[in-house]
Amino acid sequence: MSSESIAEYEVAYAKPKAFYERYERKEELQHATHYCPGCGHGTVHKMLARAIDDLGIKDRTILVGPVGCSVFTYYYFDVGNVQAAHGRASAVATAMKRSHPGSVVVSYQGDGDLSAIGSAEILHAANRGENITVIFVNNAVYSMTGGQAAPTTLIGQKTTTTPDGRNPLNEGYPLRVSELLATLEAPVYIERVGLGDNKQVAHADRAIRRAMENQVRGLGFSLIEVLSPCPTIWKMKPVDAQRWVREEMEKTFPLGVYRDRTKDATPRPMPKTAPALEALPGILGIDGDEDLAEDAVCATDAAIDLRVRVAGFGGQGVLLLGEVLAEAGLDAGLEVSWLPSYGPEMRSGTSNCHVRLAHEPIDSPLVTAPNVLIAMNEPSLRKFDANVQPGGWVIYNGEEFPPDCARQDVHVLARPFTQIADALGDARAANMVMLGALLEMTPGLPQASIDAALRRLVKNPKWVELDECALTRGRELAREVLQEVLQEV
Amino acid sequence: MRKQLMKGNEAIVRSAILAGCRAFYGYPITPASEITEAAALYLPQVGGVFLQAESEVAAINMLYGASSAGVRCMTASSGPGISLMQEGISYMAGAELPCVIADITRGGPGLGNIASEQGDYHQVVKGGGNGNYRTLVLAPNSAQEMADLTAWAFDLADRYRNPVVVLADGFVGQMMEPVAFPRSAVAPRLPGWAVAGTQESRGNLITSLHMEANALEAHVRKLETKYREAERNETRSEAWCTEDAEIVLVGYGIVGRILKAVTAEARAEGLRVGVLRPITLYPFPTAQFERLARRARVFVVVEMSNGQLLEDVKLALNGARPVEFLNRMGGNVPSHDEVFAFVRELAARMGLETAAAEEQMAHV
Repeated sequence: MSSESIAEYEVAYAKPKAFYERYERKEELQHATHYCPGCGHGTVHKMLARAIDDLGIKDRTILVGPVGCSVFTYYYFDVGNVQAAHGRASAVATAMKRSHPGSVVVSYQGDGDLSAIGSAEILHAANRGENITVIFVNNAVYSMTGGQAAPTTLIGQKTTTTPDGRNPLNEGYPLRVSELLATLEAPVYIERVGLGDNKQVAHADRAIRRAMENQVRGLGFSLIEVLSPCPTIWKMKPVDAQRWVREEMEKTFPLGVYRDRTKDATPRPMPKTAPALEALPGILGIDGDEDLAEDAVCATDAAIDLRVRVAGFGGQGVLLLGEVLAEAGLDAGLEVSWLPSYGPEMRSGTSNCHVRLAHEPIDSPLVTAPNVLIAMNEPSLRKFDANVQPGGWVIYNGEEFPPDCARQDVHVLARPFTQIADALGDARAANMVMLGALLEMTPGLPQASIDAALRRLVKNPKWVELDECALTRGRELAREVLQEVLQEV
Repeated sequence: MRKQLMKGNEAIVRSAILAGCRAFYGYPITPASEITEAAALYLPQVGGVFLQAESEVAAINMLYGASSAGVRCMTASSGPGISLMQEGISYMAGAELPCVIADITRGGPGLGNIASEQGDYHQVVKGGGNGNYRTLVLAPNSAQEMADLTAWAFDLADRYRNPVVVLADGFVGQMMEPVAFPRSAVAPRLPGWAVAGTQESRGNLITSLHMEANALEAHVRKLETKYREAERNETRSEAWCTEDAEIVLVGYGIVGRILKAVTAEARAEGLRVGVLRPITLYPFPTAQFERLARRARVFVVVEMSNGQLLEDVKLALNGARPVEFLNRMGGNVPSHDEVFAFVRELAARMGLETAAAEEQMAHV
């Protein structure tokens, strides 16, 4: 019939506008879908398309297609289309909705896709209460791949992978997705509908529309499970397949509303407007000291090439000691690096870090042969002592240097730093007493840089005061030893 | 802007946001968790999205969604997590979706350990997902490069509409160094191909599905054209003391830094040693290798994995020069002394005179 002859008639029923006029993404038979006769997908597609039409949201709608028979949803729906990996549609939909909160995102999934491989993604999307609409088409089998068992396959149902029928002892029981998700707090609307007869179809149509409307109103997560016939795989006539939905599937999967908080739900807040681009450096904490030149002039003339290894128990402030040193070096215009031990090493009680300060760009930040070792306990001393460069320093936290660790070719400062710090006010300041000693032994870093570093890294003013005191004490202790060394020379 | 001391992992996130990244979907794993934590702190403040996914599989598929929606997006993980993401990476390459993935490599295979390693080279550089695709791979060696290469990664991802991986080892992620950032931030921009829930974008389709053999072949050839273009235009490496180098040390990431230290010492002894550090692992700096092969006598690959970089170096040299190999694994790092001893022994074995010795000979 030509379009001219149709024009004479009043159109009582037309294809929804959310469908393409012709399915041009399809290779052939562009006027028809790829679905088998009697398949439920066509019916569900029409319900979804009508809901999109009725709500006037065609431009805003994004349809996430799954893997399975409905993999080609983008052939048909004249909306934004995204095809997802098997089972991942609700994860994809999550991010699409969060990227464009004003869009209407539909995750259209089959039972293999949603209830098997995508069971984690749907569970968590529902639990987060994503403001998306999920259409879950349950036909109790994997149809696209030729009729293998699904988590939703009925007890006793024969499939190509349950040739003797589903046996609960082997494959477990049919997974009731709607009931499962209804145990969660977040979902707003969950209903199982069927395509078993016209009455059911009419009801399913209303349910899908409501699920879409909920999203438009910003209420949150809605899921409609549709018990849907698959005559081809079930090897039934379409009419018998519909009857099987009604008489067999429904026994395992009772129809009904499993969650409806539509009335009580309040629209989810829209995200705040983004700050101006100019505000970003401030937010990221990288806008400070704009007045300083890009390449700060080095504040020290002394030749500095510090290769420090700091080691001790977790909680002794090993990493902070290193950080203050590196930060002070940076402040003084030196090249610096700080490399921590990390992970379970950090949690199992020992901790160490590598710190380098130099005038030239630092090649390797790893300090295998330190010229200063700060050993905050005996195990650390034993671990790293042998690697200290000849002529280097070992600063050891202990009453007495273990005689079997003694080396003739390194300088040693051994003091009970923990007790010394305790006398100053807090044993935890031992790290700063030791750092003070290091600074005295390797002069060159301006005191102002050390003060600046301390204030940048230690937020509590009480601690800054104590740490400054500790640094001074450390310097005094080092001076005593330095005099001895000089006398020896 | 004054340089700030920060971890490479923290530099990545700040740089990403300045580069216009407004979505981060991730899953915690040592030694990459600081990236996810920094993203959780900053992205909501800049009007972006942060979500901790239920798995790396979900995280990468969320990136698929965010990227489809036209948002500059990233994730971060390490070995085992990257393995789980391979499905999504293949889909994204197939659907031509840009994204940035930071892989802060740890020890493997399996649970391995959390120490620094480079064993993800194959799964990242060669692509661990199915099908005919590549990911562009950038290998920073410092906190500053973590920032710089992340910003570049977003540009590359958009230019080639392809996932880009920033492949770093745990050291580069965990260490603190001074970092400077650009003064201006990039404004997010919606690409024309995105599906954004608007009238203009309604006709757009994101898919990696091409049912007809000819259609899929044409699609893969189109991807190949992009990769050839990247090979021509985006290859980067750092050459250090290579002008007269007879022994060229090759390593990326933290290893490149150790090799520099060795070179300095070897040069002091008069050995003509240099370093070639690939910065792009794909596209691989093949031309640089060919160029250095004209002068160099031997190449030494040093890596924290089982000969994965070695294969690409051999391919690049194509037999032009011998390739020696030194590696450590499991979280062990090839130490400065270890590499230097190897170089010394190699020089002696190959009869390579030191420059000092040659000079002496010339005087005689």
